[in-house]
Amino acid sequence: MKIAVCVKQVPEGNSRIDPGTKRLDRSGEGALNGFDANAVEEALRLRDATGEGEVVLVSLGPAKAQDVLRKALAMGADRAVHVSDETAGGSDLVATSYALAKALEREGADLILFGQQAADSDGAVLWAAVADRLRLPVVSQAAELTHAGGKLTIKRQTEFGYDVIEAPLPAVVAVSDAINEPRYPSLKGIMGAKSKPQETLSLAELEIEPERAGEPGSRTEVYALSDPPARADSRKIDDDGNAAQAILDFLAEKRLV
Amino acid sequence: MSMLVFLEHHGDELLKGSLGVLSKAVALGSADVAGVVMGFGVRPLAEQAAKCGAVKVYVADDARLEAPLPQPRVDVLARLIREKGIETVLFGNSVLAADVAAGLAARLEAGLNWDLADLVRQDDRFVGKRPALQDSVHVDVGWKSEPRIALFRSGSFDPVETGGSADTEDVTVALEDFSTSARMVDQAHEEGEGPSIEDAAVIVAGGRGLGGPENFTLVEELAKALGGAVGATRAVVDAGWYPYSTQVGQTGKTVSPKLYIACGISGAIQHKVGMQSSGVIVAINKDPNAPIFEFSDLGVVGDVHEVVPKLTELVKARKGS
Ligand SMILES: Cc1cc2nc3c(=O)[nH]c(=O)nc-3n(C[C@H](O)[C@H](O)[C@H](O)COP(=O)(O)OP(=O)(O)OC[C@H]3O[C@@H](n4cnc5c(N)ncnc54)[C@H](O)[C@@H]3O)c2cc1C
Ligand SMILES: Nc1ncnc2c1ncn2[C@@H]1O[C@H](COP(=O)(O)O)[C@@H](O)[C@H]1O
Repeated sequence: MKIAVCVKQVPEGNSRIDPGTKRLDRSGEGALNGFDANAVEEALRLRDATGEGEVVLVSLGPAKAQDVLRKALAMGADRAVHVSDETAGGSDLVATSYALAKALEREGADLILFGQQAADSDGAVLWAAVADRLRLPVVSQAAELTHAGGKLTIKRQTEFGYDVIEAPLPAVVAVSDAINEPRYPSLKGIMGAKSKPQETLSLAELEIEPERAGEPGSRTEVYALSDPPARADSRKIDDDGNAAQAILDFLAEKRLV
Repeated sequence: MSMLVFLEHHGDELLKGSLGVLSKAVALGSADVAGVVMGFGVRPLAEQAAKCGAVKVYVADDARLEAPLPQPRVDVLARLIREKGIETVLFGNSVLAADVAAGLAARLEAGLNWDLADLVRQDDRFVGKRPALQDSVHVDVGWKSEPRIALFRSGSFDPVETGGSADTEDVTVALEDFSTSARMVDQAHEEGEGPSIEDAAVIVAGGRGLGGPENFTLVEELAKALGGAVGATRAVVDAGWYPYSTQVGQTGKTVSPKLYIACGISGAIQHKVGMQSSGVIVAINKDPNAPIFEFSDLGVVGDVHEVVPKLTELVKARKGS
């Protein structure tokens, strides 16, 4: 089975928005979106269960995404496709899903996996847009995923409890962060990652018209940013061995014990 | 200024979240707010929408829409929106609604703004209010073209019953092959009786930071000492550590106890929406940058395995004295 995994580079630590450009400040170190490690892990498990097939990473993002792709390669993915283009900056859902769909179309994978959400955008929506463009079935929030006889069975949680859904391949699935425990790359994996195939594609190479990418290709926009109202009288302490007492005192002060 | 609200149902009821969004649409002053219900045997639901101010309810009633799966709904909505020239489409967030909204955005090349806490009209344009980056910044967002699609954060609006009646209109159900290839094998039904956490005055909730199901005894003991109930995050419920009936958040329960103690919980937005209206929030987390600290009254950077048992002993000692 050929599995494509969509992974995103997100800012390390706490994200902030650049007040000038009104875009996410991506100047710091990049990290692999933690939720995508679950998708990579699930792909590796599916590949290794059958002992055949390929796991291909697909990412749209700035040059820094290279490092992030290398981390996922070190976990065990086979190769990476990086869509990188100055003009793709500022892409919203419409533009991002179009570019990713173009890259995924080229791969023709049997299964396309997504993480639960991007830690910076918290959208938890991209898969549905990509699946619509690829005209493939989509199932999200997968807490369990099994594959047998060319068919997927997915258990997922909604507002009402657990659903079980079946989908034929090829399909698009977004996994929850409880589906597995992502492995840490081994030293061998880290060393090996450098020599794995990593392809960088421009939008032109994917035949994406410039007006369908970046801000021109986006249908939403940001008008203004503001600080949220400060939370009154919020305290934070480090546990020096006395935190339990501090909590008790606080609860007593609030008349909660 | 035509507006369409996606009306989701479960059993014989429209969801409170959908009706809240409908009331919001009405409050925006639009004279022709329509709703759309999709499912099988759903015609009677139109009346509930009329009570909250819909003047028109589109009904897609078809056996192929019985299971709450997103893709057939995208097919129906895309056609309806094009045919009627609808300018703005509003969704209350849910697992189903998010997938429908995003599929629709791609299909119609339409802008989608998600996680909105509010929508206002300013100088003749719509502005969405979006708390972003763990609510550390408020962003005013907009749409560059029509239709505009908005997905509202759970619990943003309460339904307001204004009374009234609505015209209903049946809509065409023509589905794509790929839209019907995923199949519901077993649909969620309300899980059996569990401990009721919705009425608890104190909730002690545990997350993945507890490290394993066996450590839930730590939160259970603290809850017992405080006379409260135990809550959990989706991560630990999905992992089978604790029952779904105790889950707090977007796909679990919405609670507002006097006191909420979060143990080893990161504070993801989907958890926050279920507990943010608690009276006092105390968080214990070993990561000083955990988002939960952004909305806690008292945050303790520490290890739950150290702090929680000590706190339990102190509470017991105080109560005993
Ligand atoms: C559509 C959708 C719906 C969702 N619905 C819900 C919902 O209803 N409810 C819900 O909860 N989530 C929901 N989620 C999931 C949510 O996004 C998070 O993944 C989840 O809340 C994380 O749970 P957690 O805090 O237990 O785990 P994590 O995010 O893994 O956090 C664990 C925390 O524990 C801390 N920690 C680790 N060890 C220790 C220690 N020894 N002492 C102290 N702290 C420690 C870590 O620093 C970390 O902050 C939903 C997601 C989606 C996409
Ligand atoms: N730029 C990107 N490149 C590749 N995959 C992405 C990108 N952005 C988001 N994703 C994938 O889509 C999922 C959901 O993202 P979002 O809908 O933005 O929260 C993530 O977990 C990733 O799997």
